[in-house]
Amino acid sequence: MTTTAVDILGADDVSRAITRISHEIVERNPALDSVVIVGMQTGGTWIAKRLCESVNKIVEGANVPLGAIDISLYRDDYSLRPVVLSAPTDIPVDLTGRTVVLVDDVLFTGRTVRAALEALNDYGRPRAVQLAVMVDRGHRELPIRPDYVGKNIPTHFSDEVAVGPNGVTVSAVAT
Amino acid sequence: MKHLLDTHDLSIDDIVNILDVADRMAEVNRRQVPKVPALKGKTIATVFFEDSTRTRLSFETAARRLSADVLTFLASSSSVNKGESLRDTIETLSAMGVQAFVVRHKSSGVPLQLSQWTDASVINAGDGWHQHPTQGLLDAYTITREFGTPTSLAGRTVAIVGDIKHSRVARSNIDLFTRLGARVVLVAPPSLLPSHVETWPVDVRSTMDDVIDNVDVVYLLRMQLERMQSASIPNLAEYTRLYALTPERAAVLQDHALLMHPGPMNRGVEITVDPADVAGSRILQQVTNGVSIRMAVLFTLLGGDSVSSLTAGGEA
Repeated sequence: MTTTAVDILGADDVSRAITRISHEIVERNPALDSVVIVGMQTGGTWIAKRLCESVNKIVEGANVPLGAIDISLYRDDYSLRPVVLSAPTDIPVDLTGRTVVLVDDVLFTGRTVRAALEALNDYGRPRAVQLAVMVDRGHRELPIRPDYVGKNIPTHFSDEVAVGPNGVTVSAVAT
Repeated sequence: MKHLLDTHDLSIDDIVNILDVADRMAEVNRRQVPKVPALKGKTIATVFFEDSTRTRLSFETAARRLSADVLTFLASSSSVNKGESLRDTIETLSAMGVQAFVVRHKSSGVPLQLSQWTDASVINAGDGWHQHPTQGLLDAYTITREFGTPTSLAGRTVAIVGDIKHSRVARSNIDLFTRLGARVVLVAPPSLLPSHVETWPVDVRSTMDDVIDNVDVVYLLRMQLERMQSASIPNLAEYTRLYALTPERAAVLQDHALLMHPGPMNRGVEITVDPADVAGSRILQQVTNGVSIRMAVLFTLLGGDSVSSLTAGGEA
């Protein structure tokens, strides 16, 4: 069994993607003061933080809040995986009437996003939820699509996708 | 971890992990909608052969906040009165599809015995003089969080005051507190100390005044009035004079010292000061924390069937 790893994006590509997505967020949301950016624990939080900083730099005087959400208590697959609670949820504002930009590193089956949508509702009723991901790797099992994508990457189901500030790597496990 | 029967079965890592999960549950409990779907589809039975409203309600609240279904079995209104055996009771409930039993019984060892008769998880909610693990965990949680030291009680002194001999709460607390690094001082008349107390990892003092001004936590036990009949103490007034938390004693507590009690309190017996007048009182916080700890225990026992081989690569 061998593993081959391919670097898809470098650190510069990741930075450019974050800058581009933050401009898209500003363009799509003229009422920027109702937007809140929420990163999914733990892979999405650093991206959410950088998006938030970028958005607040693009628009003078903007003060878009940053939150984090842990969905481990909302998963539908406890019986399929060990329970690991990740870092805690921190939603700084009532979400009722807000536009939430939900941020994750990789969009795959969509089950994490489904769980996050359920979790968000427990913090208020958002007016809208938009989804931003660094990588869309396909293989959706639910009717969920991203609003902002860093990079679409076709993958095999068994591939592993690693996303970090230094880049994106896809590892294929060949037997 | 399948059952929670005795604090001694928990490793330090287990203890720290449960307290950590309880932090997450506390966050859920602070929300506008304090409910998550984590245990949807699981059925939890509270099986109480001895009266206890607060512990049972705490467990049932915890189970419901995790979206589990709850069955309540009260021995006082059940077929136990028609002569049904313990084993038949538990097998009958198991056959209804129960994933966890929360058991309270006046005899030590009943939860352990039941765990051998069912495939479900068994949680000891108090058995005789033996153990009350979730009380110990919620008390350890309360103290560690109050002092901001989530994994340790090193350097802290806890005085446990009252009827140690007949107290399962004391046994669970002594084990957890000492293993987390605290020094535990028992304050009680000799007649209310267990035999062989000298083999326990504790110090013993015979009056409150010996310890009250130099401890970090005063933990009062309920003076069980029925003990009076067994002549363990001469009279309640005598007990109150030597062991109760009076306004005078409360006044010499250290500024940071905590006052705790597992409830229900006998006002005028072990406590004559109004706890609302004691700045360090965490008696109601203990009740709040109890729900978080019981959620953490239920989630730890039932939340993951841990068949990790089915996970696919990458993020889901």
